[in-house]
Amino acid sequence: MIDPELAQQAVRLALEDGATDAECTLAEGDEFSAVVRMRSLEKLIDAGSRSAGLRVLIGQRAGSSYTSDLSHEGIRKMVESALAVAQIATDDPYAGLPDAADLGAIPGDLQLYSNDLDAIDTAARIRAALETEEAAFAADSRITNSDGASFSAGARARVFANSRGFAGAYRYTSCSLSTTPVARQGDSMERDYWFSSARSHSKLETPSAIGRRAAERTVRRLGSRKVPTQKVPVIFDPLTARSLIANIFEAVEGDAIYRNASFLAGKVGERVASQHVTIIDDGTIPGLFGTSPFDDEGVPSRRTVVIDRGLLQSYLLNTYTARKLGLRTTGNAARGVTGNAGVGHGNFYLENGPRSPEELIRGVRQGLYVTELIGQGVNIVTGDYSRGAAGLWIENGEFAYPVSEITIASTLQRMLLDLEAPASDLEFRGSVAAPTLLIGEMTVSGQ
Amino acid sequence: MGLSDSFFGQKFGITEQDLDAYLSEALSAGGEYADLYFEYLATSSISIDESIVKSAVQGVSLGVGVRVISGERTGYAYSDDLSPEKIRKAARVAACIANGPSKVQKTGFEESRRRDLYPILTAPSEASLADRVELVKRADRAARAADSRVFQVQASFADNLRQVLVATSEGVLSFDRQPLARMGVAVLARSGDGPPQRGYSGGGGRLGLEFFEQEKTPEYFARESVRQAVVQLDAIPAPAGEMTVVLGPGWPGILLHEAVGHGLEADFNRKKVSAFSDRIGQQVASPLCTVVDDGTIRNRRGSLNVDDEGAPTQQNVLIEKGVLRGYLVDKLSSRLLRSSSTGSGRRESYQCIPMPRMTNTFMMAGDADPEDIIRSTPRGLYCANFGGGQVDITSGNFVFSAAESYLIEDGHITRPVRGATLIGNGPEALKYVSQVGHDLQLDEGIGICGKAGQSVPVGVGIPTIKIDRMTVGGTAG
Repeated sequence: MIDPELAQQAVRLALEDGATDAECTLAEGDEFSAVVRMRSLEKLIDAGSRSAGLRVLIGQRAGSSYTSDLSHEGIRKMVESALAVAQIATDDPYAGLPDAADLGAIPGDLQLYSNDLDAIDTAARIRAALETEEAAFAADSRITNSDGASFSAGARARVFANSRGFAGAYRYTSCSLSTTPVARQGDSMERDYWFSSARSHSKLETPSAIGRRAAERTVRRLGSRKVPTQKVPVIFDPLTARSLIANIFEAVEGDAIYRNASFLAGKVGERVASQHVTIIDDGTIPGLFGTSPFDDEGVPSRRTVVIDRGLLQSYLLNTYTARKLGLRTTGNAARGVTGNAGVGHGNFYLENGPRSPEELIRGVRQGLYVTELIGQGVNIVTGDYSRGAAGLWIENGEFAYPVSEITIASTLQRMLLDLEAPASDLEFRGSVAAPTLLIGEMTVSGQ
Repeated sequence: MGLSDSFFGQKFGITEQDLDAYLSEALSAGGEYADLYFEYLATSSISIDESIVKSAVQGVSLGVGVRVISGERTGYAYSDDLSPEKIRKAARVAACIANGPSKVQKTGFEESRRRDLYPILTAPSEASLADRVELVKRADRAARAADSRVFQVQASFADNLRQVLVATSEGVLSFDRQPLARMGVAVLARSGDGPPQRGYSGGGGRLGLEFFEQEKTPEYFARESVRQAVVQLDAIPAPAGEMTVVLGPGWPGILLHEAVGHGLEADFNRKKVSAFSDRIGQQVASPLCTVVDDGTIRNRRGSLNVDDEGAPTQQNVLIEKGVLRGYLVDKLSSRLLRSSSTGSGRRESYQCIPMPRMTNTFMMAGDADPEDIIRSTPRGLYCANFGGGQVDITSGNFVFSAAESYLIEDGHITRPVRGATLIGNGPEALKYVSQVGHDLQLDEGIGICGKAGQSVPVGVGIPTIKIDRMTVGGTAG
């Protein structure tokens, strides 16, 4: 691993050269990826890189720099560069590092690093990808083409030190296996995908399970139609529900709040969602993708209840946005290796409800089950929501036929209040997660 | 200019012998083609927020990517260290894709034909920081002065200078110095107790600082951003359902980028996973539509002297009078399709494998008067500006979100609407184009295109056009 001492050296150098405070991040990563397509190897990527970033304060002025050159000369130039840009910044009364009392790290093993990937050699990784693609072909004769399957793995490390005495480092691994089959039937051609990702190889789903699921998701889209424009209940599958929950994160992160650029600004303590909605951010759950011992300012990760049974409880904050709002950081600072920290999330999720997804579907007489959302039609300032969608039409509690080339629209305000039921199928496939969700009414626009 | 006078020759002492040795190492296991992509990238960005210059960042990154092609297979490795040992190691890793004795005989390098589409003496990143700070301060002042309903202003200026060296086992050697600058102004405005509305405007290209000081000034972008936010204060919910859509000139060309551009990238077509696969020679748009991708327009954001595989960029006709003419081809696809590269191989950085990508994609002007196009529309939606878009290249379905749109009622542009998303199908949508205006405009220079996790700068353009039938996704009945 990269020498953690290097970060402290950069901080010391910055202080010697005139900074009043400094913080340094080092990042290192190896990436591996094997892509197969149509039963043979297509791409193999195997490489690594390192980078360093520094943020300095001269009084209340901040400047940042980064470099890929981690030699002494490279670090020295990075320090000079950050001090030079700080000269042109303006005094910001809220700029600064976290209070010493806020700094720290969660103790214990967070299960972010696994060495079981070392035992899986390149040939086995290629084989896993081939088996995944093959399982999709085998699952349905209408899968006649493929956009490939891939196995990827990464091992990374992150080091952080600041001039208030914080120094910390952690390593983390990840791997994933995915495939994108292409199905054809008459003039209709569709693709979809499925994937599994985990911090250790042992937690990945099997190639046959991933391939089969990808095939099912793809063939069920064949022969899709447009439906007439109408208002109906809409069920989001867990993948599309996840993107909806990611929109809610954007609306509760401190940056949007202090600027009054979120429809949830100024609403703490108020009912913003139905009683079925509890949304939590938790950066402390062992083994998950949103977990870390400390945030990107050196504040311990923690669990924050954002919405409790429909009532807005807390925003997610870093040191800067907390000071702007007269609050305390929630340990949600995030950045690459340099620059002022933004706000990120740990594991940001909507809690399970009591009923199964099948029960929710059975309860809908006429409506839409969404399996794909495309486009960027979400406005966090106003809450306006209008996105391209594809999925399955529900008639009398059962899937009737696939639909595509439609949009679904409402406002995020209304969608949260109309959220009638989360199902009980929450799973963490990334750092944002949600179960299947039923929204009482949205406008489906088609013919 | 030879290699010894180039950036990498001067700064890192790289010689033709070195390049030869690395390429030989890359082909030592029997690959048929190899290339090296050296990249040095210096970036800086400055932003003002609440009238405070809160953030200023600058930095450098350096690295080399080694690619080996063997049949349909690609091996790739990179190093952020230009020492000969590290580059040779990357070359050996990339070579693993092939399996056999070395068979390529290479004889010397020939430098690519040189041209200069962005002859900038001083790139912004080579100018003083103080000059760039002044730009964002001017934007902040102008936006606040433009309208009292503005309550938040963020302005940023970001620029980079990329030095590139590409060397291939076919003997191609090319260098390029690629400046890129972009200014952006985002505002929030509010009227009384009503909800805030946002506006955004930005632009730039492969340009020097004087462009922002003299042509498209901070005041220009600030006023445009404020105008967009203020328009939204009176906007009503967007309609829902199929209707006539008129696109204004410029940035709405993103329709072409999503509806046809991505679907015509050769990798998707070689694999037959695009809705446009095997359709060359077929009618895929109305005869009024001619769509080109042109990487050779001076100073444009999407332009390049050479692509990221060392091939000169060119003007590629994608659709001619409604008939599909060609794909965007990179090196790998050109080998497999036995056609020539169209200069469309691009990559985000030395850490990425090149892919076929767009440069500046636009529709040629027609002869309709833009005002007639509106006047002849009894009811519809006029889209003056867009946010982003996305396409599913296999089904061909695409969407894009209108940032500024209006109802057309009885041949007149009337009330502004908010939150409209347009959705259509690539090979079908342009068949409904019934009028094409004579007012072709290229966008201001803010486009970023994402594909398979790689972002590259692009441009788009379009004249005013009328599409007789398209689905609009709003909330109003």
